[in-house]
Amino acid sequence: MSALEVENLSVELGGRLVLTGVNLSVDKGELVGLVGPNGAGKTTLLRTLMGLLRPRDGRVLVGDQPVRPGRAELGYVPQRHEFAWDFPISVENVVMTGRTGKLGLVRRPGVADWEAVAEALDLVRMTDLRTRPVGQLSGGQRQRVLVARALALRPPVLLLDEPFTGLDMPTQELLSELFLSLAREARAVLMTTHDLPGAFYTCDRLALLNRRVVAVGAPDQLRDEQIWMDTFGIHEHSPLLKILKAT
Amino acid sequence: MSVVDFLTDLFNPELAFLPKALLIAVMSSIVCGVVGCYVVLRGMAFIGDAVAHAVFPGLAVAFVVSGNLILGGTLAGVATAILVAVFAQNRRLREDSIIGVFFVAAFALGIVIISQAPGYAGSLQQFLFGSITGIPDEDLYVVGGTGVLILGIAFLLHKEFLAITLDREMARAMGLRVFWLDIVLYVLVTLAVVISVQTIGNILVLALLITPAATARLLTDRLGVMMALAPVLGGISALVGLYISWSWDLPVGGTIVLVLTAVFLAAWVFSPRHGLLARRLRRVADAPVSAH
Repeated sequence: MSALEVENLSVELGGRLVLTGVNLSVDKGELVGLVGPNGAGKTTLLRTLMGLLRPRDGRVLVGDQPVRPGRAELGYVPQRHEFAWDFPISVENVVMTGRTGKLGLVRRPGVADWEAVAEALDLVRMTDLRTRPVGQLSGGQRQRVLVARALALRPPVLLLDEPFTGLDMPTQELLSELFLSLAREARAVLMTTHDLPGAFYTCDRLALLNRRVVAVGAPDQLRDEQIWMDTFGIHEHSPLLKILKAT
Repeated sequence: MSVVDFLTDLFNPELAFLPKALLIAVMSSIVCGVVGCYVVLRGMAFIGDAVAHAVFPGLAVAFVVSGNLILGGTLAGVATAILVAVFAQNRRLREDSIIGVFFVAAFALGIVIISQAPGYAGSLQQFLFGSITGIPDEDLYVVGGTGVLILGIAFLLHKEFLAITLDREMARAMGLRVFWLDIVLYVLVTLAVVISVQTIGNILVLALLITPAATARLLTDRLGVMMALAPVLGGISALVGLYISWSWDLPVGGTIVLVLTAVFLAAWVFSPRHGLLARRLRRVADAPVSAH
């Protein structure tokens, strides 16, 4: 049994079929990269997994249960620009907002909630900065805060949407290590990314997506140039293929 | 007029309307200060403006039929807020255009309705610019009770409002009912506006919502401090504004707003962290020392 199981998923957006017959599974302890060109449906897939979009067909199982919004089994880390960074709020209070849905209306956070927040901050190594206003953080630190917010519910599955966008190389590498270690601590981690060489190097498996899953496998099993040309719509002399051959 | 004279007038039984006006002005400033923090942080000042104007036809109807002003204003404000929320679902027009259409329409409707009332010019001016006379005693209880209700709901739903403001998508993913929480927030803004209209007037009421919260934002990076500071600034400004207005015989709504604006400008210049002066001083301190 996989931690996250996507079965024959089809999603329609504004009358257009964006995803067709997607099958994908992510196991505990595994970091899977979801790659594909713009408009391939990566974010749509993540939003459907979260229960934000209703699929036309197929289903999503987390620990053998269908997902519903508000369930703690999925930790979601949206793209960094979705968040109001100019808001006057400290790091630890942002992480606490990750527990809002679980707390329910009217109830206030208790000791157990603050323990979960402290644990999440510790996992992303942001404990020292917990009282810092979020507006003063760097891009990499902001990404860690969003990951901690998702971890505040202690989910067995973590979904990351483009966590590397706009970050420099050293920051990307540190975050990659963090994501890998989070996966190794018995979580299933699924991450969309445009950084193909990085994904090739870090991820246990890659899923190549363009409206459908073109191929899934360990990076070494994805040496066939044809599947990359099919996924990204590139020609055989593309620099991308040369880079992939070299890695 | 000295402060002592003002205090004497406050306790003069022949001027009984004065302490009533002061109490209502301060109470509504405190409530607006808290609610205004959400308005400012969500960047929904325009929606606040819209709701403020949208309550007008409700007030006008209530005035014409001698009904309850707060009930009338609230119904009209909420109806307009829901209309905006529903029409904004159409992707071809942005929300600010929808708001632009409806709040002016609501205001126009209010003017047409109130023109049907006898003695219309005087009451119109009172609605638009506020007045400290003619406040019935029971309004004190209505404003106080409504204020406590607004603050209570804001306290209970604070965590949800916070989550929605920070990240709507995430709030949805956590299973929060974003649409309904938006409606509740609009209702709170509407109620805060309605209880303030009496003294400060319909056109100027937006200042009570926006200016103290914006001033507090300039002074702090902590949400808790901001939400405590905004009502304090609003309440003190209302007190000082009423004092100045009474001393020099100036219109009360306009004077309170000018005091609020003066405090905002002072914060802009003197704020310890983000103020104009602090930034200047830091730049001077950071400047490299010349070798010559």
